[in-house]
Amino acid sequence: MAEKLMKFADAVAKYEPVFGLEVHVELSTNTKLFCPAHIEFGGEPNTQLTPVSLGLPGSLPVVNKTAIDYAIKLGLALHCDIAEWSQFARKNYFYPDMPRDYQISQYDKPLNGEGYLDVELDDGSTFRIDIERAHVEDDAGKNTHVGGSDGRIEGADHSLVDYNRAGVPLVEIVTKPIEGAGERTPEIAGAYVKAIRDIVRALNISHARMEQGNMRADVNISLHKKGEPLGTRSETKNVNTFKGIEKTLTYEIRRQAAILEEGGEILQETRHWDESKQATAGGRVKSDANDYRYFPDPDLVMVHVTREHIEELEAQMPEMPRERRARLKQEWGFTDLQMRDALNADALDLIEETIAAGADPAGARKWWLGEISREANERGVSLQELPITPQDVADVEGLIKSGKLNDKLAKQTVTGVLAGEGKPAQVVEKHGYQVVSDDGALQSAVDEALKANPDIVAKLKSGNMKPMGAIIGAVMRATKGQADAKAVSTMVMQRIAQ
Amino acid sequence: MSSTEELVKLSASEMAAKIRSKEVSSRELVEAELATIDAAEPSIDAFLHVARSEALIQADAFDRRLAAGDTEGLPELAGVPIAVKDMIVTKGIPTTAASKILQGWVPPYDATVIEKLKAAGMPILGKTNLDEFAQGSSTEHSAFKTTKNPWDTGRVPGGSGGGSASAVGAFEAPLALGTDTGGSIRQPSALTGTVGVKPTYGGVSRYGAIAMASSLDQIGPVSRSVLDAALLQEIIGGYDKRDSTSIPKPVPPLAQAAREGMKMDLKGMKVGLVKELSGEGYQPGVEARFNEGVKLLEDMGAEVVEVSCPHFSYSLAAYYIIMPSEVSSNLARYDGMRYGLRVMPPEGTAQTAANMMAATREAGFGDEVKRRIILGIYALSAGYYDAWYGSAQKVRTLIIRDFEQAFKQADVLVSPASPTTAFKFGERMDDPLAMYLSDVATIPANMAGSPAMSIPAGLSDDGLPVGFQFFAPQMRDEVMYKPAAALEAALQAQWGGPVHKDLKTPWLQDVK
Repeated sequence: MAEKLMKFADAVAKYEPVFGLEVHVELSTNTKLFCPAHIEFGGEPNTQLTPVSLGLPGSLPVVNKTAIDYAIKLGLALHCDIAEWSQFARKNYFYPDMPRDYQISQYDKPLNGEGYLDVELDDGSTFRIDIERAHVEDDAGKNTHVGGSDGRIEGADHSLVDYNRAGVPLVEIVTKPIEGAGERTPEIAGAYVKAIRDIVRALNISHARMEQGNMRADVNISLHKKGEPLGTRSETKNVNTFKGIEKTLTYEIRRQAAILEEGGEILQETRHWDESKQATAGGRVKSDANDYRYFPDPDLVMVHVTREHIEELEAQMPEMPRERRARLKQEWGFTDLQMRDALNADALDLIEETIAAGADPAGARKWWLGEISREANERGVSLQELPITPQDVADVEGLIKSGKLNDKLAKQTVTGVLAGEGKPAQVVEKHGYQVVSDDGALQSAVDEALKANPDIVAKLKSGNMKPMGAIIGAVMRATKGQADAKAVSTMVMQRIAQ
Repeated sequence: MSSTEELVKLSASEMAAKIRSKEVSSRELVEAELATIDAAEPSIDAFLHVARSEALIQADAFDRRLAAGDTEGLPELAGVPIAVKDMIVTKGIPTTAASKILQGWVPPYDATVIEKLKAAGMPILGKTNLDEFAQGSSTEHSAFKTTKNPWDTGRVPGGSGGGSASAVGAFEAPLALGTDTGGSIRQPSALTGTVGVKPTYGGVSRYGAIAMASSLDQIGPVSRSVLDAALLQEIIGGYDKRDSTSIPKPVPPLAQAAREGMKMDLKGMKVGLVKELSGEGYQPGVEARFNEGVKLLEDMGAEVVEVSCPHFSYSLAAYYIIMPSEVSSNLARYDGMRYGLRVMPPEGTAQTAANMMAATREAGFGDEVKRRIILGIYALSAGYYDAWYGSAQKVRTLIIRDFEQAFKQADVLVSPASPTTAFKFGERMDDPLAMYLSDVATIPANMAGSPAMSIPAGLSDDGLPVGFQFFAPQMRDEVMYKPAAALEAALQAQWGGPVHKDLKTPWLQDVK
């Protein structure tokens, strides 16, 4: 049964959305949060285990120091107050893939306290998101439901549990309620999560692959009218695409507004984003929610972080993505639009490396966002996955600069590299690409072209230079594209002047 | 070579001396103990599992090592066999915590203390009985059998470590490991005339000790002499990076302190009598033996002062909030998903994971365990947390301060270990509160994380053993070993031998 929805524009005109995000980031430590079991994506089920990650009787957790350091770095990037003493607590609830039947998380004494993140939006403005906390916890395993048609538990005849992921370290970043975003709510939410992804990548603390579940968000939202108390909120769990986050918010604003409009009540419930239906669907109503019975985990001593250690980590912090983008934009002389295109194509690093390899910024941008992006789109892969490197692009640019290739040959060379024919020099060699500029072959090709087009010659002679392109085109065809257009043009002018 | 009866009645350090002099082999000791176990078990029921072949294999390996002269790094007790409470996981040997929910579970790993015993060449005789998940004070709450007190098989051996205490008391093993959450080593030791020690919290790794209440649990030795306990604690103690609460410091010189004490000179030592742990509720015979013990300490030169620990009177109440809270969380993992018992939901009920878990727990846990889980869930519930768990933690802080104050006035504190001698089976089974009172004198040490021990102080008027308890400051376990060894020596001088010489052991007649 389809739910009633209000038009988005009407909904945000009438109601003020207040939202919040809980973003889970999986840390890319070598071993789990509380034991030395290795973490590797895609390993055989139940092979990355110790007695601790299985919660076997008698086993005890010990905190992974690297995970704490990673979490502190994230806290620093989010301008959080890092707690000198933080504490792990037990969050008691049953779930078949949770080995101890309690999650070890942080409760009243999180590692990272209040902070903020200034999120840059497409129009160049920024929106500040206030952060409530960013705490450390361990992940559960993974259930696979077998025997049904769609992999869901309904209709399945049995379920398999893989505990490889159980115990993987997570940081959960919780925002304060975000107000004043209005119609830009979905955009701001998407930009915020993207900004976090960029930060954790820059810090090199997470693979940040949303499709592998390295990052996922719980999306809370309620509506109210200005001046009236906050509305009841819904919580959509585990949304794991940027688009999904934006669509969830759009959908929930439209759905809740329609209910409120009819005088109905919003249920405080857990929902999930259904990609196939492009809608959120209701789940557990929160009124029978768990009482997690948090208490300090007696198996773990408090985490002590000294001022000196924070300073040490601070010194290791790389430039943050937003500052880096501003610097690069300035250095490269890109326009806002060019910069955004580079960002959206995830080409910033590639362009930077290409420039470092000797290309100028305009050249680097042209290839990565042109030819190569087109190829990536066609193949449905990322730029990084194509068989071409920043060095290759810089080499092609070098050949153009030294006059060994013209634009057309350069394009063919890049095509050859993308087709796996080897490095640019090898492709040039293989196809015999070279610019023909001053030998007899070019002279005769020019003569041929002029002879075949007396009307054009006449126009040129009368000072009308427009048809010059047609002559150059003809010479190009005759020389299989290897002519140097500049040389051709010079020769034509000489002939006409004779 | 000596007769089996003579052999098994030796203390562990006496056995070790015979091994070193090549008078007996480790195998002969293991065989003697296995024969005693065979003879005693029908009347004692101390063991849940006898690891016969494993013990013999370990003994043979040790004997070969000794024959090859490869003795470097071996501790004094090397080659001496030991029994282990079934609350401690042993690789390849069934471990049940005396619960149906773990029946048949064979752990794939060893507890740290077991690794240490193996490295020390100490054969493991088997796994001893306990109250289910170490919850009880009589060993009547075991899901499998009731262990009897060797002094009177109509009476309980105490709990929860009744199996370990009776095994050592009945000469089925010279040594055992126990776990002590509120007195589960010391109270059964008191009731069976053995020595039981709860080391400083964090002094012995808990890795591999099935958790009952993590902030209170401690593994410790059970033996028939103070020196044996010291030697064993030195083997199992020390820092373990797998236990976050383990103390990164070396084990104090315990055996040295015990040997010092055996000289029976306590001049310069101040002994504090804990006012709150005597008087009302303490059996007259227990008090009498205790007072005689205090007199002996004085005779050896100790200065005895009375100290007050005003908050000890709240420790039982606070303990019965904190302990079940942790129990309710620690026992959540027994859900039928991964190991142990799984009971499918009854027919006509939805075959869901939650219903399977409910059916498994209903069938797998006994009444006392269920009682504590429910208490704990209540105490931790939103809205009750501050009133119960939060207040109990505050009491805990006050108890720690009481100890700190008392240790400013005395080097070591003393009290009876149990208010009564061994009681009859069934006597307190239907009255949980009366049962809980059995641990009133032992709980303060767990609440404070400080070390404590019980040694035999003779027999009460009813002919049953009385335990004399020593407390030492945190991380200063050696402080209690000295006066304990001194008192033991003084008592034995008076009795003409250890208290066990008065134990009637009809089962030993059957041992060949």
